[in-house]
Amino acid sequence: MVTPTIAPGSWEAAERELGYRRGGPINIGWYCSDRLCELGLGGTTALRWEDHQGAEKVYTYDQLRTRTNAFAQWLRSLGIKPGERVCLFMDRVPELYLGFLAILKMGGIAQPLFSAFGEESLWTRLDNAGTAAIVTQKKHVLKVRKIRDKLPELKHVIVVDAAPGTLKGDEVALAMDALPALETFDVYPSTAETPSVLHYTSGTTGQPKGAQHVHYSLISQYLTSRVVLDLKPGDVYWCNADPGWVTGTSYGIIGPWACGVTQVVLDSGFQADKWYAFLQKHRVSVWYSAPTAIRLLMREGAELVKKFDLSSLRHLCSVGEPLNAEAVIWSQEVFGRPFHDTFWQTESGCIVITNLPGMAVRPGSMGKPFPGIEATVLDPRTYQPYDGPGRVGLIALRPGWPSMMRSYWKNPTAYQNKFKNGWYLCGDRASIDPDGYFWFVGRDDDVINTGGHLVGPFEIESALLEHPAVAESAAVAKPDPINMEVVKAFVTLKPGFEPSSDLELEIMNAIRKKLSPLAMPQEIEFIAALPKTRSGKIVRRILRAREFGEPEGDVSTVMEE
Amino acid sequence: MDDLTKVILDYVKREYIEEGDDREVGLDTPLISGGIVDSFSMVSLKRFVEKKYAIQIPDADATPAAFDSVRKIAELVERFQAVKA
Repeated sequence: MVTPTIAPGSWEAAERELGYRRGGPINIGWYCSDRLCELGLGGTTALRWEDHQGAEKVYTYDQLRTRTNAFAQWLRSLGIKPGERVCLFMDRVPELYLGFLAILKMGGIAQPLFSAFGEESLWTRLDNAGTAAIVTQKKHVLKVRKIRDKLPELKHVIVVDAAPGTLKGDEVALAMDALPALETFDVYPSTAETPSVLHYTSGTTGQPKGAQHVHYSLISQYLTSRVVLDLKPGDVYWCNADPGWVTGTSYGIIGPWACGVTQVVLDSGFQADKWYAFLQKHRVSVWYSAPTAIRLLMREGAELVKKFDLSSLRHLCSVGEPLNAEAVIWSQEVFGRPFHDTFWQTESGCIVITNLPGMAVRPGSMGKPFPGIEATVLDPRTYQPYDGPGRVGLIALRPGWPSMMRSYWKNPTAYQNKFKNGWYLCGDRASIDPDGYFWFVGRDDDVINTGGHLVGPFEIESALLEHPAVAESAAVAKPDPINMEVVKAFVTLKPGFEPSSDLELEIMNAIRKKLSPLAMPQEIEFIAALPKTRSGKIVRRILRAREFGEPEGDVSTVMEE
Repeated sequence: MDDLTKVILDYVKREYIEEGDDREVGLDTPLISGGIVDSFSMVSLKRFVEKKYAIQIPDADATPAAFDSVRKIAELVERFQAVKA
């Protein structure tokens, strides 16, 4: 494990602003609720939530404090102990946001998971984490029931919206808003290195890995929220990301609430006019979105934007995958300001390369390293930084910023493999121009970035092989105008099965249900044989290169028969 | 309910609603904005109607708004059936 060090300057400033003293207690749950009340913001709206039917709930910081106290006390009374993993498996309902803080307040490790995960994706992550409790909704508990027998460490299944008589076995109902507000709670005295959040992320090989973060991550998340997202007192802030992914926690819960701003949440699928109406209705001033969403909005046209008063927007940011130049230029035209691209990942915990407010945005560029982050591009042969600009290499960060992951859960080898020559490797390729701007080129591995979410080919291929018709499979990225990349699967069939559109759809739906909609191949190509090395290993890079129209590279050891 | 809307409704219930989920889904239930079908899952729903009714729906027409209810999907299918005819 790399011991974090503090970069000179910015991180210490954030510590001072937050009143944190080295070696003292630091609990994200307290900092995002109680501290704001101590600063006199108890009456300020912390969360304004709305669902697709227009139902609303509003919580002030004081209500956030007393309700998370009550939620935390309730979890503690169940017997959940500090350090145990508590999974949040919900749509974007208030219980997800408040539950996250409550888990941290009672010393648990919050493990948010995307609610669209199918039972196999869910099981993989709960099993690896040894999760002790899961907080979910009645529509998602059905998936939990299917795998409960295979999860001996899962002691508590908590349903936040259970109708009377609908629970099974030892499942427990919790109506969060019905819990009496709790004025005082003995917040767990976590310190800087106390584990806080476990976020799963996919790699090229093996099953997803749990990036484990600590309470000290707050320092980075607070400072980048204030500086990069430009959050100021009085702001109304909307982050489009689901807290099942790291953006939705670092910048959909921790950062903005540590800054004391009003967050708005829309628990609804995408629809351009509804999004614009939401921005208008809540007078959103800072909007953190994603390239996929921006491209979907672009597709709906500029005329639609003119029907809404979006004059409240002051600052726009984007994350997930590289923001194309056209999207930056379009946003300047229709919103009167550009989206600012930000680059980071589950493991970094905070924005590390970015276009800061006021910085000249070069459309298509990732921007520059955040002050306090040392970033470079390494020669992939030597793992040394290039001497001059313009050459494509591996994006690398000098370890030691506060929110860097501290380990992969139960996988120290994978963690160690992320470091070379004293640099942390992000797994992405880029170049740096003479003025220090980074320009994204692509992934350095076989991971598929679809709509800003990383999907591992191994997990998809394993699920494909469970289908009775599939003999062998390879999952690769395919370019897509909206999602940047989507999953494409190459499949060979077992004897007795013939390629057909019916079979393709059947396999697509099987993967969607087992894993998630993100992992579902949007195209399946049935082929006679997959390209393999002489030792029998499937060579995904050739299939990927064909999809992207790129050179296939060295094929001297590859066989396709 | 005509045959077209019934086929699509049955398919949505079978493929996108978890067994045991008691949510009611009707012709006008919001599918995309209601979180029943997301933009990724929409691809398999589009593929189903294209295959079932032997039509091709261009990506520009396959918007979240056009797929937001069974009734709207049926209207889209009818439009492209008419184009084909």
